[in-house]
Amino acid sequence: MTTRWVRKDLLSLRELSAEEITLVLETADAFKEVGTREVKKVPALQGKTLVNLFIEPSTRTRISFELAAKRLSADIVNITASASSLTKGETLKDTARVLEANHADIIVLRHSSPGAPQFLATRVGASVINAGDGAHEHPTQGLLDLYTIREKKGAVAGLHVAIIGDILFSRVARSNIFALLKMGARVTLVGPSTLVPRVFEELGVTVSHDLESVLPTADVVNLLRIQHERQRKEYFPGLGEYIRLFGLTKERARLLKPDCLIMHPGPINRGVEIDSELADGAQSVILDQVTNGLAVRMAVLYLCGGIAS
Amino acid sequence: MRTMHIRNGRIIDPANQRDEVADLFIVDGKIAAKPERGDGKVEEIDATGLIVSPGLIDVHVHLREPGFAWKETIETGARAAAAGGFTTIVCMPNTSPVADSPSTIAWIKDRAAEVACVNVLPTGAISKNLAGEELAPIGSLAQAGVVAITDDGHCIQNNELMRRAVEYARMVGLPVLDHCQDYNLVGNGVVHEGYWSTLLGLAGWPSAGEEAIVARNTLLAEACDHQIHCQHLSAAGSVRQMREARARGVKISGEVCPHHIALTDESIQNFDTNFKMNPPLRTERDIDALLEGIADGTIEILASDHAPHAKFEKEVEFDRAPFGIVGLETELGLFLDLLVHRRKAIDLPRLIAMLTINPARLLGIEAGTLSLGAAGDLTLIDPNLEWTVGAQSLQSASHNTPFDGWQIKGRAVRTIVGGKTVWP
Repeated sequence: MTTRWVRKDLLSLRELSAEEITLVLETADAFKEVGTREVKKVPALQGKTLVNLFIEPSTRTRISFELAAKRLSADIVNITASASSLTKGETLKDTARVLEANHADIIVLRHSSPGAPQFLATRVGASVINAGDGAHEHPTQGLLDLYTIREKKGAVAGLHVAIIGDILFSRVARSNIFALLKMGARVTLVGPSTLVPRVFEELGVTVSHDLESVLPTADVVNLLRIQHERQRKEYFPGLGEYIRLFGLTKERARLLKPDCLIMHPGPINRGVEIDSELADGAQSVILDQVTNGLAVRMAVLYLCGGIAS
Repeated sequence: MRTMHIRNGRIIDPANQRDEVADLFIVDGKIAAKPERGDGKVEEIDATGLIVSPGLIDVHVHLREPGFAWKETIETGARAAAAGGFTTIVCMPNTSPVADSPSTIAWIKDRAAEVACVNVLPTGAISKNLAGEELAPIGSLAQAGVVAITDDGHCIQNNELMRRAVEYARMVGLPVLDHCQDYNLVGNGVVHEGYWSTLLGLAGWPSAGEEAIVARNTLLAEACDHQIHCQHLSAAGSVRQMREARARGVKISGEVCPHHIALTDESIQNFDTNFKMNPPLRTERDIDALLEGIADGTIEILASDHAPHAKFEKEVEFDRAPFGIVGLETELGLFLDLLVHRRKAIDLPRLIAMLTINPARLLGIEAGTLSLGAAGDLTLIDPNLEWTVGAQSLQSASHNTPFDGWQIKGRAVRTIVGGKTVWP
């Protein structure tokens, strides 16, 4: 592998080349082994300061990044918006300056505004890792999804991946679309036409509103959580209708190929996007995704952390 | 007697269907015939190779006073206008307090008289506090001297209220200017709803959100038999509707701002807030429709929507940034460059008309002509001067422009108000 990692930041998968993505996955292979050891630690980031700046709340992603950083021996500071001066109106720019003044080496940012990690990255010398910026991207999720498919299927190229659910507002969907297309997979998006509009086809994917016609042809189904906040009420009539049309029920799961993978970024709404038993069943790799997420994040922190100025 | 003699320029005065190389005289601040040789100083200005135009008029400018002086003041905004070649600017009422009372209008007029180097004409609000619920005292605003009413920045959603506002404005002879935005269709939209908003996960501002209100306005302009002017048109469907309605004689008009023909939504991919405006940048297809509308006369007026914001206000996350860019100082250059030189959509006399007599007629003001006795407001333009836009050297107090570094052909080189040079 002659690709070298040259990026200080990981902001999006859309801008990565297939070679760069492969480099991350291969680096993650090496780090996955660390989690199986008695002493789960390597000194790769010893002495480095990592700040988890989570302006949008998260548990699973933050914990994953925190564990990844600790396994690499970094020092960690967690900042959550509600418990910080961001509630006093401090801007992202000033927050960046404060972190810079404290010589942070890596900043993991989750934010509700698309482009916020980019905003930060151009203003600090630290590495900025996008842990989710609004509906834009969630690069490490896209990478760990890719890693999981590659692990279970051997390769990604040529596979048919169906992503199901609320695509329009999903950063996981976008990162997955960019990564999968780049690695040669075929992607079909499935969901209500209000949440999966035709315009997505301009990105190079197929759009379908007929779940049962897509399921038999899929090698992987990736189910997205249906967000049922007030704002979505104009987009679809409610969970009951969603389940009736797009829920992966046990009946519908019978349409799947026997070796089709069932994935979900979590957190799962049991009984909504996926039948509860299916989530724990033989085809589900949901927990593998979590484990792989740790390895992938270690790889990303290691690679970017080595470039920070 | 104070005389200004502008020699040998190409005089383009569309109001008088004039386009010829000749001399022009301004005596004691008014356009005059060649004076008898008499006393008094004569200021000689050589306009060889330049266009001599009636002072340009911009019908859509945010001067930010009262209330937002950190973005711009009447003084700095006027200076920016002069630097851009504009001798008359029409300021929007979304100030603080909102310009919905005669006292605020009086303040603006007094302040402009004190510090503005160009003519400042205020507009008044359509609804109290721009809230879209009750009529502002439109009759009193007319008496206070507004040249139009508008809720710009906001848009009345209640069609019944808008209907009554238009009827009422008709009574006092004020045109209604409208920022066309259906709040429900647009929602939290920050960029054009299309490929780029989909790709980047940003909330989309669909064309239908503007077109729906243009439709509303064409129906009301017809029903009320009164002039409604749609501001900053950005979408193809708006042009199409306007063309159809105007062909039937409906009193509907529209304006275009430079950025909507200079840029597309592709520019937002770096999340640079200098490309965030309302309405947003759209697609090549929309640009083509706007150009066609300008070329065939559907759109008769050009404007800037000069919207200054301080650096710290724009230097935030994309969806949190205020909408808008400054425009007075790049407006003429961009229109010359894009409309006349590059796209050849219109010729110079037509361009001048769209910035002089056409806006003057819309507002019913005595401006935009070089008729004898008219105010000595002139713009001298070098249509071939090549220059580079420098954001930091703008006269405006704010520098939020997407055009920094752009190389443009065409610029105002002298701005004259009342027979006195106010720029450079």
